[in-house]
Amino acid sequence: MFLKTALLVLKKDVAIEVKSYEIISTTLFFAVSCVLIFSFAFVKEGEAVNAELVPAGVLWIAVAFAGLLAIGRIFERERYGETMRALLLAPAPRSAIYVGKLLGVVLLLLLTELLLVPMIAFVFHAPLFAWPLPFAGLLVTGTIGFAAIGTMFASMLIRSRAREVMLPILLYPFTIPVLIGGVWGTASLLGEEPSVPVATMWMAILSAYDVVAITLSLWVFEPLMIE
Amino acid sequence: MSAPFDRVELTDVSRHYGRRRAVKNISLSAGRGEIVGLLGPNGAGKSTLIGMLSTLIAPSGGTIRYGGRTADEGGPALRGQIGLLAHELHLYSELSARQNLEFFAQLHGLDAAAVVPAALHAAGLDDRADDAVSGFSRGMRQRVALERALLHGPQLLLLDEPFTGLDDRAVTAVTDRLRRLADRGAIVILATHDLDLADGLVTRVAIVCDGKLVSDEPASTGLRGRYRALVGR
Repeated sequence: MFLKTALLVLKKDVAIEVKSYEIISTTLFFAVSCVLIFSFAFVKEGEAVNAELVPAGVLWIAVAFAGLLAIGRIFERERYGETMRALLLAPAPRSAIYVGKLLGVVLLLLLTELLLVPMIAFVFHAPLFAWPLPFAGLLVTGTIGFAAIGTMFASMLIRSRAREVMLPILLYPFTIPVLIGGVWGTASLLGEEPSVPVATMWMAILSAYDVVAITLSLWVFEPLMIE
Repeated sequence: MSAPFDRVELTDVSRHYGRRRAVKNISLSAGRGEIVGLLGPNGAGKSTLIGMLSTLIAPSGGTIRYGGRTADEGGPALRGQIGLLAHELHLYSELSARQNLEFFAQLHGLDAAAVVPAALHAAGLDDRADDAVSGFSRGMRQRVALERALLHGPQLLLLDEPFTGLDDRAVTAVTDRLRRLADRGAIVILATHDLDLADGLVTRVAIVCDGKLVSDEPASTGLRGRYRALVGR
C-alpha cells in the first residue's frame, strides 16, 4: 500500500502537470535564465574564468534556484483546495504521501538538469560528458538530497502564511552540504587532472546525506502535517 | 481493513491555537444510524471539531475514540472508514471530475472503473464528467466533493457546511442520501449554521457556542427557537 500510494500521488502530479506544463516550463525558463546571467559574469573571451569551479557552481546554483521555484509551485497546488488534507486521510501510511511528492520533485529536477547540463557544457566549454557515470551519480544523489529536504519543508509550510519567505530561509541553509558536495564533486571532474576517486568520495557523502534527509523526513512528516 | 466501529466518542476534548481556545472541554458521542447536527454561529468551533474527528487536527486535551480506539491506535485502517467533506472541497481543479474521483478511489484501494461511473451519475455529472473541475460552479464542485467523500462507503461521514452552493433539487438529493447512509448504519456528523436545512434531517442536535457545547439533545420541533435561546443570536 505504501509504494502504491506514493506512485499514485506521483502519477496524479504528472497528470496535472501534463494539463498545463506550467511548472516544468517556468522551472526550465528560470534555470536557463540563471545560466545566461552567470555566463555574462563568468565567461571571458569564450572561456569560463575558472574552468573547474565556474561551470560546476553555475550548474548547482541553477538547480538550487530552479528547484526552490518548482517545489514551491508543486505544493501550492496541494494548498489550493486543501487537497493535502484529503491525501492525509488516505488509508495508507502518511509518509507515503511524502515519498510520492518527493518522487515528483526529483523527476522534475532531473528533467531540468537534462536541459541545464548540455547548455552549461556549451556556454562554458565544460567537459561535463567526459565522465558520464560519476557525473550522473553526483547529479542524482545531489538532486535527491535537495528534493528530500525541500519536500519536507514545503510540506511543513503548506499552511503557513509566510511560506514563500520561509521556504528559502529554511531550505538553503539545510542544503548547503548538497551544494558543497555537488560543486566540489563536479569540479573534480572538470580540471586538467580529473579525479574520479574524489568525485566518488563526494557522491558517497551525498548518498549519506540523502539517507539521513529521507529518514528524518519520513520520521517527522506525519507529526508535522497534523495540525 | 479493520472492523467498522459503531460509535465515536469525544471525552473532554479541547483544542488551543496559542492562547486562543477554539474548543473547550467538549464531550459528545454519536452512534450508528445517527445524523448529528453540529450547530453554532460562525467561529463557534464546529470546523475545529470536524477537523479533530477527521484525525487531521490533534486535540490539545481529551480523547477521541472510534469504537474504543484512538486515531493513533486505528492508524490507516481507521482513516479508511472516515469520509470528510470540508468547506474547502479537496478537489484538483486542473483535473476533470472523473480524474478526481478515479484518483481518490484508487487512493482508497478501490476499483475505480467499478465505483466512479456510479458516483458521477449520483453527482448528476454524466455529461460533464471529463470537464476540468475549474470550470464547474460551486454547486457542481460541491456534488463532486460529496461523491469523493462517499466513494469508499465511510462508516463515519463528516460534513462541514455540505449544502453550500447547492440548489433546492441538489439539497433534497443530498439530504435523501444522508438519510439512506444513516439507515445503512453510518454515523453522520454535519456542521452547519443553516437551521432550516438541519431541521427535519438531523436526529440529534449538538449546539456549540464559543467553543463550548451548550446543548446535546434529540432533535425536536422548534429548533430555531431553542437555538436562539441558547446562542442568543
